[in-house]
Amino acid sequence: MTGTSVKVFIPRDTTSLALGAEQLAAEFTAAAEQRNDHVQIVRNGSRGLFWLEPMVEVETPAGRVGYGPVTCADIDSLLEQGMLKGEQAHPLSLGLAEEIPYLKKQQRLTFARAGITDPVSLDDYQQHDGFAGLRNALAMSAQDIVDAVKASGLRGRGGAAFPTGIKWQTVLDAVPTDLSGQKYIVCNADEGDSGTFADRMVMEADPYMLIEGMTIAGLAVGATQGYIYLRSEYPVAHQILNEAIAKAEAAGFLGHNICGSGHAFQLEVRLGAEAYICGEETSLLESLEGKRGLVRAKPPLPAIEGLFGQPTVVNNVLSLAAIPFIMDKGAQAYADFGMGRSLGTLPFQLAGNIKRGGLIELAFGLTLRELIEDFGEGTFSGRPARAVQVGGPLGAYMPESQWDTPLDYEAFSAIGAVLGHGGVVVFDDTVDMSEQARFSMEFCVAESCGKCTPCRIGSTRGVEVIDRIRNNENREANLELLGDLCDTMIDGSLCAMGGMTPFPVQSAVKYFPEDFEPKTADGGV
Amino acid sequence: MLQHFDPNKDYGTPARLSENLITLQIDGVAVTVPEGTSVLRAAAEADINIPKLCASDNLEAFGSCRICAVEIEGRRGTPASCTTPVEAGMQVNTQTDKLARLRRNIMELYISDHPLDCLTCPSNGDCELQDMAGAVGLREVRYGFKGDNHLDAQKDESNPYFTFDPSKCIVCSRCVRACEEVQGTFALTISGRGFDSTVSPGQDQPFLDSECVSCGACVQSCPTSTLMEKSVIDAGQPEHSVVTTCAYCGVGCSFKADMKGSEVIRMVPYKDGQANHGHSCVKGRFAFGYATHEDRITQPMIRDSIDQPWQEVSWDEAISFAAERMRAIQAEHGRESIGGITSSRCTNEETYLVQKLIRAAFGNNNTDTCARVCHSPTGYGLKTTLGESAGTQTFDSVMHADLVMVIGANPTDAHPVFGSLLKRRLREGAKLIVVDPRRIDLVKSPHVETQHHLKLRPGSNVAFVNAMAHVIVTEGLEDSAFIAERCEEQAYQAWRTFISEPQHAPEQTEAITGIPADELRSAARLYAQAGNAAIYYGLGVTEHSQGSSMVMGIANLALATGNIGREGVGVNPLRGQNNVQGSCDMGSFPHELPGYQHVADDAVRSRFEARWNVELDNEPGLRIPNMFDAALDGTFRGLYCQGEDIAQSDPNTSHVEAALKALDCLIVQDIFLNETAKFAHVFLPGSSFLEKDGTFTNAERRINRVRKVMPPLAGKADWEVTMLLSNALGYPMDYQDPSEIMDEIAALTPTFTGVSYDRLEELGSIQWPCNESAPDGTPTMHLESFPIGKAHFAITEYVATEERSSRRFPLLLTTGRILSQYNVGAQTRRTDNQVWHDEDVLELHPHDAEERGVNEGDWLGVASRAGETVMRARISDRMQPGVVYTTFHHPGSGANVVTTDNSDWATNCPEYKVTAVQVVKVNQPSEWQERYRNFDEQQQALLAKARAEGRGRKSRSRV
Repeated sequence: MTGTSVKVFIPRDTTSLALGAEQLAAEFTAAAEQRNDHVQIVRNGSRGLFWLEPMVEVETPAGRVGYGPVTCADIDSLLEQGMLKGEQAHPLSLGLAEEIPYLKKQQRLTFARAGITDPVSLDDYQQHDGFAGLRNALAMSAQDIVDAVKASGLRGRGGAAFPTGIKWQTVLDAVPTDLSGQKYIVCNADEGDSGTFADRMVMEADPYMLIEGMTIAGLAVGATQGYIYLRSEYPVAHQILNEAIAKAEAAGFLGHNICGSGHAFQLEVRLGAEAYICGEETSLLESLEGKRGLVRAKPPLPAIEGLFGQPTVVNNVLSLAAIPFIMDKGAQAYADFGMGRSLGTLPFQLAGNIKRGGLIELAFGLTLRELIEDFGEGTFSGRPARAVQVGGPLGAYMPESQWDTPLDYEAFSAIGAVLGHGGVVVFDDTVDMSEQARFSMEFCVAESCGKCTPCRIGSTRGVEVIDRIRNNENREANLELLGDLCDTMIDGSLCAMGGMTPFPVQSAVKYFPEDFEPKTADGGV
Repeated sequence: MLQHFDPNKDYGTPARLSENLITLQIDGVAVTVPEGTSVLRAAAEADINIPKLCASDNLEAFGSCRICAVEIEGRRGTPASCTTPVEAGMQVNTQTDKLARLRRNIMELYISDHPLDCLTCPSNGDCELQDMAGAVGLREVRYGFKGDNHLDAQKDESNPYFTFDPSKCIVCSRCVRACEEVQGTFALTISGRGFDSTVSPGQDQPFLDSECVSCGACVQSCPTSTLMEKSVIDAGQPEHSVVTTCAYCGVGCSFKADMKGSEVIRMVPYKDGQANHGHSCVKGRFAFGYATHEDRITQPMIRDSIDQPWQEVSWDEAISFAAERMRAIQAEHGRESIGGITSSRCTNEETYLVQKLIRAAFGNNNTDTCARVCHSPTGYGLKTTLGESAGTQTFDSVMHADLVMVIGANPTDAHPVFGSLLKRRLREGAKLIVVDPRRIDLVKSPHVETQHHLKLRPGSNVAFVNAMAHVIVTEGLEDSAFIAERCEEQAYQAWRTFISEPQHAPEQTEAITGIPADELRSAARLYAQAGNAAIYYGLGVTEHSQGSSMVMGIANLALATGNIGREGVGVNPLRGQNNVQGSCDMGSFPHELPGYQHVADDAVRSRFEARWNVELDNEPGLRIPNMFDAALDGTFRGLYCQGEDIAQSDPNTSHVEAALKALDCLIVQDIFLNETAKFAHVFLPGSSFLEKDGTFTNAERRINRVRKVMPPLAGKADWEVTMLLSNALGYPMDYQDPSEIMDEIAALTPTFTGVSYDRLEELGSIQWPCNESAPDGTPTMHLESFPIGKAHFAITEYVATEERSSRRFPLLLTTGRILSQYNVGAQTRRTDNQVWHDEDVLELHPHDAEERGVNEGDWLGVASRAGETVMRARISDRMQPGVVYTTFHHPGSGANVVTTDNSDWATNCPEYKVTAVQVVKVNQPSEWQERYRNFDEQQQALLAKARAEGRGRKSRSRV
């Protein structure tokens, strides 16, 4: 390539690849060559505007201009119509990418680089503030790092929203039980909630941020070994992470002597066991140890006896990915976002029956309705939205009356809903909520680890009882039994899997009771 | 703080040892327990019994059943009390409306997937699920029984002793956890997930085909009848039980014999058993059926010569026949012409009586015991160096060890319950060195891997142990302070000079032992620098021409590194038989009266003479091999052999047989017509351990009570028979109860003065020495001083055995044991343990097999200079090239036809572990085997005839 070549960005994340980005990149290259256009193709991550993927961007003096969704059939016309000069005549023209309202309205701290940089380019990363947080951390004491994380107000983004700084403090203070003195940093990348993809986007778009966050965590608690427990259904993330880790190690950002500091941190990716339950932190640890993914009773907390019985930080991808910003821009810069006790930003993931699905990183505090209507622009089907499930398959179904609740941990908790990992799944008015309730139990049947009785047997009985209700068998008695069963699972289950499975069931029964009424002969209610 | 717990109660989670005591309120009751205790256990200790299903106090808390939920003030939700540790000031409520509803609703879920056949269920009346359903007040199952369920799951009846009925399973994982935590075999797992979770042996294999070792831990932990003893399925629930001691290996496990009248329904390891803490192995747990096997002989028999049919006679007739014969022999051939062999299988009291009979009634010291052929070098070696003929520790001591060196022992097969304890410690992180020619299971098994497997050549033990000491001394790894304070200076200096000599350097001994010098050096450093290093050894140490030297070499190592005199260290012989320690303690050896007091010591002898009212010989008598030689010379002509099968267990079978045939009177007292009895003139029916009272002493010097659970099948306990014989010989014995015998032992044995049945009842068991200075016994020996004052380093020059491989006999045979069979197999061969090992085989390395064109299962002739036998080949890379291995559990396999009469220089313990042999493919049994088969057939026919006549007589007398 000569210096005069034009940089063209064609994403390589899973969504774009699923939409033909690989073929697109190949054909685009060939077409440009044929036309003697000098192009430099950069395989970036996604910016998270999924209805526009594959979104191809061209670097111009005015900034990066976008085109999308681009198919192979569009290549010739795009090139013909001056795409490489950033011309905007083509129907797929989107203008300056950063000016796309969906993106412009966001507050991207964690996803600041997503879709902008080449995910495996160390230079690119460093040119975009990469490793600035690590360099700051290397100059700090472990306690100071932990204090900064505490001050940022960061809470676990995996769903439980436990203050990250306090967890780190526990691990910092914990004494390893064996002679090796080993502590561990484990990244939970077993992203399994329905409608979620933020973790994957981090790993596919900006893996060094995760590596940096984990390294800082290692410095903070005195751990020299980290593992990323990655769901095996993310082969692209796997490949990108491994490439990034190898490059980071070769450049001294990982390994025995990080940035010449004398500190060590090794990082390894381990593939998950294709089980939802392995996203639960104690099952994850069991699985990481090579055992069946079975939930452990707590106490002991993983922070005290975690991986191989040693003190272990288990954090979600998004929690660890927030760390470099905090350490670079300062705890206060992060804490300035958000509301109440929910500080910083949450990358919401808008999915389901929605017109404009994608990733929306915003400070806590906006409403569900804003997300669905302002960003999502309503349902994909065009029909009225009826129910929204927030926080994955264990989250409550929210009726329209609740859509003005601010997206904030406490506000959601107050109405029996959960923010979880920020997944938002929208349903239109054709949904049968008794079927959704049944599905919640069925999901638990499929994914329960089988250790505790309420979850192991309760979920199976839950499906059966809901079936009886739907078949109008002994309806009242079975509704009462379903209520009892939900209470038993909530109060009796060992972990959140069984303990939260009733949330969508109870909310469906409570807010959509008409769907549990006997069906009339013509199928109507 | 010594706290006694009710062994019959399950406290839910294990006890915690902590100095910190925590006080909390449970249902308004203040309870104080050690820190780390669960709320469930704390409540149970206060007799507040929270319902539970997945919790058991021999397993770590698991938290799966959720029945034990409680409410804690100030905390959210309903945490499981089993996984919640106590905290100071905690206020726990165990009974609230909410909890009642929760527990009942969980139980309702359980029962919705459980057969409703309680009345016909084998665990009816002994079912925790049933109990808990009652406790939580479950009255209906609103889910009905038409939902998804496991009620059609197929039973697995492959194991001979228990069934696995998954339709009854509540997936509490107690069996899986018992297999992992208690037994350490990891044979069980849960397969599938969610509702499909099922217990699976191996990878969904039948139990018999899996890694399961049938220890019974899973059966015992099962709260339902999913895992159930077949004997209980057949007979129903027992109605009473008696605590007694196992009669298999030297671990000495306590069992509850669960009884129906005088029938043993099952043996359940006793939680309060201080040697086994509620664990067991396949032998003690299940293989007790031999006691009532049809082969039991219950009628005394006599005959003039061994080619004549037996004649069933009354006790009086048999006893007078025996006494007259013995007296006649003495009259003709002198006082020294008869002798006796005591049994390591019988009780201390019985053993004591037999040696007393020999010394007092026979009037000589021709007494010996089977320890001669197993651990006599231990007695000699440890007495010489440490001053006492016994191991230094308790079994529990291993839980304090940082490093364990196992030499010539195979605990997972031969001492399985100790093996499990050891593996538990290894899983906790203790290091391991295995010194063995074979790759025994300990070398690598689930979650256990040895740091060093020193694969030495058979016969090179002393060269190995000297090299270890050489490294320790020359690399400055000695514990000088310990040596200065606790060891005799002069002997130490002499030893130090000796061991520093260059020929002991590992680089020199490598050629002898086959152990690479650098590996030996790192093993020596590991041992010396471990902190607490403990040595456990077995017959691979003692059964050599230098057995005694090796024992002393081991003691030297422990002394040089200060690994004596506290928990976690020591020199620990793993004793083979249930009462081999006791038989030695009880004066079975020709030179020692009870308590290892020498017969030549006038003061000692006069005390015994005063008590026994008889004059005692001051000359040591004959050892077993001497008896055989003297029999062939014609100077030894009468033998009283109680509970030992010398014809099968002793080396060089042909020689033994010739000696037995030469006797004028052989009296055998046994429960079966064993190999030795086929040469006998008088057969006195013995009683099994279930049929008498007494004590056994295990490998840790622990005296355990044996309790009668059924009447003797032949009407008399063994001690009563010995008494009858003594009285018939004119030396009066009159004990009404074995406790009187123990009182006599205590009066005459300085290390036993504090032992009595009352004290045993009080303490459960006692580790001797138990006397004024140690009224509760002595768990760890040599804490402050040795019985000989200062310990004595012994010079252990390596002398190669004469038994070495040659062109004619190029392989070295070593013999040993297997888990499912016990010793000569007289007991275990008469149980279903046969399914695991119904013949002895010759294990050989693939290289040696290939060289000889041998395939798996081929018949092999195994020939040594002593004899030849034939057994099937098993090709196994557990062996090293040049070394072959077999067991001696089956008489027809003739393992000891091949072993020689080489023996330990000090004690005559046979060199079973080294025999030079050649192995060739053959297609017919050996000459000896042909002879054996004919003789066996003849003797069985003679027995059958006697029994038939006996039956005829009885039926006639009824008419």
